[in-house]
Amino acid sequence: MPTNITLEILRYRPEEEAEPIYQRYEVPFRKDWVILDALNYIKDNLDGTLSYRWSCRMGVCGSCGMMVNGTPVLTCATFMEKFLPGPIRVEPLANFPVVRDLVIEMSDFMQKLKHVKPWIIREEEQPLSQGEYLQTPAQREEYEQFSMCINCMLCYAACPVYGLEPSFIGPAAIALAQRYNLDNRDQGAKQRLELLSQDDGIWQCTLVGECSVVCPKHVDPAGAIQRYKVAGATDWWKSLLMPWGNR
Amino acid sequence: MTHNSRYSKYHPKWYRTRTPIFWWIHKWVHVRFILREMTSVFVAFYALVLLFQIRALTQGPEAYTAFLAWLKTPVSIVLHVVAFVAVVFHTITWLNLMPRAMVLHFGQKRVPKAVIAASGYIAWAVVSIVIAWIMVTT
Repeated sequence: MPTNITLEILRYRPEEEAEPIYQRYEVPFRKDWVILDALNYIKDNLDGTLSYRWSCRMGVCGSCGMMVNGTPVLTCATFMEKFLPGPIRVEPLANFPVVRDLVIEMSDFMQKLKHVKPWIIREEEQPLSQGEYLQTPAQREEYEQFSMCINCMLCYAACPVYGLEPSFIGPAAIALAQRYNLDNRDQGAKQRLELLSQDDGIWQCTLVGECSVVCPKHVDPAGAIQRYKVAGATDWWKSLLMPWGNR
Repeated sequence: MTHNSRYSKYHPKWYRTRTPIFWWIHKWVHVRFILREMTSVFVAFYALVLLFQIRALTQGPEAYTAFLAWLKTPVSIVLHVVAFVAVVFHTITWLNLMPRAMVLHFGQKRVPKAVIAASGYIAWAVVSIVIAWIMVTT
């Protein structure tokens, strides 16, 4: 068992350097340490200028996503032991602009999330006096998987389509749209399909499938997008064959 | 803060990378993805062969014999072997995707993914056997 392990961390300080550089840090190797523990060790003991995001340390907040040896992971859920003997290369999430060191700019993702209308849409709101919208456990199960998303953006970092076409709405946002489409209380599927059938929507996806592989919550965004394509194609055929039908 | 053309207080200079054209050669899963996408070329190849066969058929027996003679050339045989492997790979990836893209309900219950995948494979086998049987017996 080694006593130390080397981390190669991408540093980008826009006031100092135009291009990022890699800085090496040697940290103690401990079997129970995840990458985030090593980053915190560096921040506390070796170099206080290192910038990165983190919060919960338990795979819930979705803040600490980074590229570790080229793969997007939650650093709080990735043990260093996996990468022995090192060195371990830590970079900011791919496909996003880098603000500083390991911190990426995420407003594009935030806008896309909002764009798909991820809330319950009702054609007519039921008055409060009629009580809540009811849902059986079986109805909840229909969308549960897609509701597990923690917005960590690992799927965007894994998606080459998003890298090549930044206008692509992307995996998490489409999976979230599906989460509401499959909710029995929602009536907004038509509105969302209209948005997502545009150029930047579901048809951009070529099913590389890596979004589902890297997802720490097993949401399967690739599956969600393919289901959406089936729904979109069915809807198109219906409108073609039965133009009089109420779509 | 001192003046710096690359960095001002309210507009930090972001670092952006471009995805290179050969982004896919570094990882096997990406190479496999490109190979899968390339199989569409061979699907098109089969369609073209069929179209040329129909054209030869309409042009009379001589043209059709010439077409059959071309099918027996080494170039054609190699092309067909490669196309066959590619199309089988294409079919398998397509059938494996089926249970993720299709969600069916039987009454209140959701049809298990394995059943959807298996039904795809069974349908493929049945259609292949029927076509092979027709070709062998006629």
